[in-house]
Amino acid sequence: MYDMKALYQASSVQDAVALRLAHPDAQIIAGGSDVLVQMREGKRAGAELISIYGLDELRGIKLEEDGTLRIGSLTSFSHITRDPLIQQYVNVLGEAVDQVGGPQIRNIGTIGGNTCNGVTSADSASTLFAYDAVIELTGPEGVRRLPIQEFYIRAGKVDIRAGEIQTGILIPRESYENTFGHYIKYAMRNAMDIATLGTSVNVRLSADKKTVERARVAFGVAGPIPMRAATAERTAAGQPVSLELAEAFSAAVREDINPRDSWRAARDFRMHIAVESAKRAFIESVRLAGGEL
Amino acid sequence: MVEKHVTQYQTVHFNLNGRDVERTVDVRASLTDMLRNDFRMTSVKKGCEVGECGACNVLIDGEAFNSCIYLAVWAEGKHIRTLEGLLGPNGELSDIQQAFVDEAAIQCGFCTPGFILTAVEILESGKEYSDDQLRKLLSGHLCRCTGYENILRAVKKTMYRRLGKELPNHE
Repeated sequence: MYDMKALYQASSVQDAVALRLAHPDAQIIAGGSDVLVQMREGKRAGAELISIYGLDELRGIKLEEDGTLRIGSLTSFSHITRDPLIQQYVNVLGEAVDQVGGPQIRNIGTIGGNTCNGVTSADSASTLFAYDAVIELTGPEGVRRLPIQEFYIRAGKVDIRAGEIQTGILIPRESYENTFGHYIKYAMRNAMDIATLGTSVNVRLSADKKTVERARVAFGVAGPIPMRAATAERTAAGQPVSLELAEAFSAAVREDINPRDSWRAARDFRMHIAVESAKRAFIESVRLAGGEL
Repeated sequence: MVEKHVTQYQTVHFNLNGRDVERTVDVRASLTDMLRNDFRMTSVKKGCEVGECGACNVLIDGEAFNSCIYLAVWAEGKHIRTLEGLLGPNGELSDIQQAFVDEAAIQCGFCTPGFILTAVEILESGKEYSDDQLRKLLSGHLCRCTGYENILRAVKKTMYRRLGKELPNHE
């Protein structure tokens, strides 16, 4: 038995919004792989829960008319990894969420829950930052969309307002078109572990594959919330593909990130693996894009 | 001051090991609680109860889930399979269970039902996996006895047998 005061099960998105307004202190539960564990630990003892897990309309991935890739917030990690649209357009996202927890966690865990937790180590978050994902929230006034960078306010705190639930994550075509990316999770174990550092890189090369038109890199656990490394991105933009560029790009990451000391790893060590991971992920992304270095 | 708590119940309808069932449960129950207490599915073990060890693993609509972090009321309309559902009509073991016995992939047995149900999901995909892929697919289960090698071998042998292929003999 979980120590909960009451459970409200939403039957539709509108019902979820009404339940949120009626029970402002209640905790939203999607897959529950964080919320239920926290309840077991006594952290949310006696809480009221609003379950949105039954809302099948928030599951699945589709391409909208303007080419925007829409990921329903309740889509599980394993379904994202297996999805043909993800494999075709943002393979790195499928790769990243395939490193969350273990197989059973990837069947229950949702991308909406992963982002709404507001934790910096979320394996999906760095890739979503690197693709300028847009968070869609539905509330009493209708739909609100905001860039993922603005959605994260501080560690553990995201911009979900009274009555709102997250209903989708959108990746604009301009962002994913012609890009190839790679994610590196650094952790102590290969399974059932939280990232010491997560690095997601994607690149777009010129038609002749000789020049980096655009490079993007985002990190998890390099600061209190996931973050992009703008200096590194500027360093690579418009430059000829080379191993020297991979070095310069990854070294520039130091200008952007601000990792901390924790029991998992020291700041200096995180800095070291950030540079090394950025380099390896950049090289792999360029290779995937057809470049030679 | 003690706040009065009103217990909230809900009736859940689902299919358990091929049989349509219904039960009225306390909404605070986990799926593990319901399967063990209301249906005597004692193959579903209570291990860590925080979704890390895999001892409570069951198949829901063909996918593996840790039932300890799954609300019982979420079972509504689902097809749920536990180890008990693998037995033949006269209690015969299925091929994967027999393989665990043959390969000594069982010692204390506590992790076994969870492992076997993940193995069933792997086997029913009909795909051929490499050793590394199998290790990753089995990585949501902890076993403190066997050291995992015999478990991997049991799953691998059954995979090749079901695919009608020879086991590669480089072991």
